[in-house]
Amino acid sequence: MADPVGSAAGGAIELEPVIGLEVHCQLATKTKLFCSCEAGFGGAPNSRICPVCTAQPGVLPVLNESALELAIQAGLALGCQIRVRTKFDRKNYFYPDLPKGYQISQYDEPLCEHGRVEFETEKGRTKVARVLRVHMEEDAGKALHPEGASSSLVDLNRAGVPLVEIVGLPDLCSPAEASAYLQSLRRTLRFAGISECDMEKGSLRCDANVSVRRKGSEKLGTKVEVKNMNSFRNVERALIFEIARQSELVQRGEKIVQETRSFRDTEGTTVSMRRKEDADDYRYFPDPDLPLFEVGEARIARLRAALPEPWLSKRTRYEQEWGLSEYDARVLTEEPATARFLESAVAAGLPPKTAANWIQGEVLAFLGETKGEIDRLRIAPTDLVALVKMEESGALSHQAAKKVVRRMLETGEGAAAAAQALDLAQIRDPGALAAAVAEVLAQETKIVADYRGGKESALNALLGRVMRATKGKGDPNLIKQLLLEKLRGA
Amino acid sequence: MPVPSLPAELTRSARAIAEAVRARRVTARAVVDHYLDRIARHDRVVKAFLHVDPADARAQADAVDRRIAGGANDGALLGVPVAIKDNLCTRGLPTTCASRILEGYRPPYDATVVERVRAAGGIVLGKTNLDEFAMGASTENSGFFPTHNPHDLKRVPGGSSGGSAAAVAAGLAPLALGSDTGGSVRQPGALCGVVGLRPTYGLVSRYGLVAFASSLDQVGPLALNVDDCTLLMDVVAGHDPRDSTSRRTSWSDLARGDGGGTKSGGTMSGNSGLAGLRVGIPAEYKSSGVDAEVRTAVEQCEQLAVAAGAKLVPLSLPLTKYAIPTYYLVVTSEASSNLARFDGVRYGPRDAALDLAATYAATRARFGDEVKRRILLGTFALSAGYFDAYYKKALQVRQCIAREFDAAFRQCDLLLGPTAPTAAFPLGEKSSDPVQMYLCDVFTAPAPLAGLPALSIPCGGTKAGLPVGAQLQGPSGSDARLLAVARELETRLALDLAPLEAPRG
Repeated sequence: MADPVGSAAGGAIELEPVIGLEVHCQLATKTKLFCSCEAGFGGAPNSRICPVCTAQPGVLPVLNESALELAIQAGLALGCQIRVRTKFDRKNYFYPDLPKGYQISQYDEPLCEHGRVEFETEKGRTKVARVLRVHMEEDAGKALHPEGASSSLVDLNRAGVPLVEIVGLPDLCSPAEASAYLQSLRRTLRFAGISECDMEKGSLRCDANVSVRRKGSEKLGTKVEVKNMNSFRNVERALIFEIARQSELVQRGEKIVQETRSFRDTEGTTVSMRRKEDADDYRYFPDPDLPLFEVGEARIARLRAALPEPWLSKRTRYEQEWGLSEYDARVLTEEPATARFLESAVAAGLPPKTAANWIQGEVLAFLGETKGEIDRLRIAPTDLVALVKMEESGALSHQAAKKVVRRMLETGEGAAAAAQALDLAQIRDPGALAAAVAEVLAQETKIVADYRGGKESALNALLGRVMRATKGKGDPNLIKQLLLEKLRGA
Repeated sequence: MPVPSLPAELTRSARAIAEAVRARRVTARAVVDHYLDRIARHDRVVKAFLHVDPADARAQADAVDRRIAGGANDGALLGVPVAIKDNLCTRGLPTTCASRILEGYRPPYDATVVERVRAAGGIVLGKTNLDEFAMGASTENSGFFPTHNPHDLKRVPGGSSGGSAAAVAAGLAPLALGSDTGGSVRQPGALCGVVGLRPTYGLVSRYGLVAFASSLDQVGPLALNVDDCTLLMDVVAGHDPRDSTSRRTSWSDLARGDGGGTKSGGTMSGNSGLAGLRVGIPAEYKSSGVDAEVRTAVEQCEQLAVAAGAKLVPLSLPLTKYAIPTYYLVVTSEASSNLARFDGVRYGPRDAALDLAATYAATRARFGDEVKRRILLGTFALSAGYFDAYYKKALQVRQCIAREFDAAFRQCDLLLGPTAPTAAFPLGEKSSDPVQMYLCDVFTAPAPLAGLPALSIPCGGTKAGLPVGAQLQGPSGSDARLLAVARELETRLALDLAPLEAPRG
């Protein structure tokens, strides 16, 4: 068999990595896949369990249809074809966190197939990676091995939580591409409302298949599966290490062993877990407890229609229809909640650009400083409308409006209340301002003389004096008008 | 103080007990005391029960009596004690599947059928013995002790629901629930001289039935007569949302006759009973392997049917011989997966060893030989490289067998034949030869493979006084019709269907 990598004789070979990701993602359902236990995160160990998810003798699974529907929507969001009839298989293996001794999954007839993930490369080009399949399965529990303890513990809160596994084809050419693919996939799933995709909480997990081959070769090299990369950064770190490791072996003329390796966070390395010859035989067979499930064309059509607008199309729409800058459109489509906030503000009557400026500027800056989440803000998008109206009417200067919105974000007060609390409302009473104008004109005889001598800019100096006299609260337009009246009239 | 016996007419009929309790002619407590007394006197030799909790049974009876005193006298099983096969979960009561691996296990929930028995005013009398995890045909594979046939204590009661069948035959319980995967209700029914029904797959909920082979397991009633069998079906059958393989058709629709029949067009001629009925007689059911006395008894049954106006339709089911190998590939494959949960991690005994693998091995060494054999066979049949040749092939043959039945039911309304090739055999006779034991299922394994209903009724006996059972098999959903036909046959057979006064031998 020809080795796609070739021999190392004669010096360094130019190699390229080939990467495909397998992503597990928890579906955002209220309950587990086959029982009615809550599918949450955290909580006291074994507080969300029942006879079914602890695999008591005699229990049977009943499919949670909302999980099925989310999985279908995941497939649709990734451009997959959906099977109108689906089945579940048993994947048999022993482990203490797997209550039944088998995992209910989908083997040879995945729910969704032939999808795609579009992402941006470092060079700013758009690239499409193919998704082979998206299938449903149940999560396992967690086996805990407390340091120094003589026994292990099992928490089954997670056992039975619905997952989709998204298997990507080996279309990725660098760790950066893998990271961009994963970010884009995550955003797609989050915007479609399918999952929180929180790597820290484990609702998004990623394994990678990595190989290297002679640059330009069509044939794939021996692949290694890398597991346990629990953050975006670690996915890149693990891939960088693994590609370097494999390249070095090839350059030395050694063979790559097909195996599963585990990423070690502290060292930034991968270590062998098991070789191909030790691989489990999972003895897949159709689960006799779950008959064929008719999905139906009508349901697929309904779910397709109910799919929220994808982030990429939002980004385009914000730019092309709303006239936002590319940068603003990008920032505002990073997170579904940000886009929702923007769209609510626009729906409440704010011009898109104005809304975008406030959200992109003040709101996101505030969230950045306070490490807050837009979902948990103390103000609603509609509160911005009142603020913008105050500014437009002249009741607030732009500078004052910024201070007011800050206070709104901090306290949850409305625009009027915040402006009042800050004593920032503009003085727009001509009577109150006339006194200040008269006083300034009386005092600043030199500037008045300059103005009358034809120095137009002297007007601004006078305006500044009046603003200072009103502690910045005077309405500058009104002051200007009053100054002109006095100067002409006098 | 001696317990006053129940009147004889009550010990012959569970329905009569329920009526008497409803009419307050007898208390549920008196009924339960009667059966507890008989268990105390006779179960030392029959060994039908694994667990009996007299205090709990009496408390249930008192609750039923209070319920009636309070004016609530509905419930089809008021005060009727029901023996429950020990692979059906009973909340708080031991449920062991006759396996050392579940020794001391008490489920946190009731099986749907148990829940329905309780709701109908029935009393969970105790848990009956079985072949470990329902794997066997003699109840000798129990991890605790074998059950004895009350008609001859030196002989087996059949299996795997041997405890349930023996309990009913010996008058230790008026009704029992068993489970039938390849004949485990019908064959012990035949060997103990009681009626046993295996319902159409999906008609009775499997929720709480500890799985042996999920695609074949069905809960079924065992009773002294067909009417009591029907009574228990009325209570336990019907859709259960907790079982995804449960049929949507309601039992009452089937019982009225408007949900049955096959999709292949086989229709029952006539309303019910034998007149005008086309009774299929498969040639394969008269093979040389069938004991002469069994054959004679079943042929008498055929003649009775003819006398009642039925027409015999000789036919052939050539795939019958493939049913046993097919059945054993499917059940062992499913069992190898179903029994994986018994690992000592979450419940049941744990035999802790040095590491995880050793702990699994030590704990799972509690399985008996037959269970281990089936796990090994099934693991092999499902393994990479063998799946297509074994499991997949078995599924294909299974479909062929189902089609063969479909074709047969275009020629006839139901099939008649022996339930088991022989009457009860002596304890120990087949226990060292698994293949001989597997052949006990030759006539009972085909129907489950096709999901079809089948029942066994007593149809006479051997010269030695051992009961013989006749099996009726019908198309999918024809359960009520099978019961109606069986009831007429039963009347014409005019056998004495009273429970044994005392075990024999």
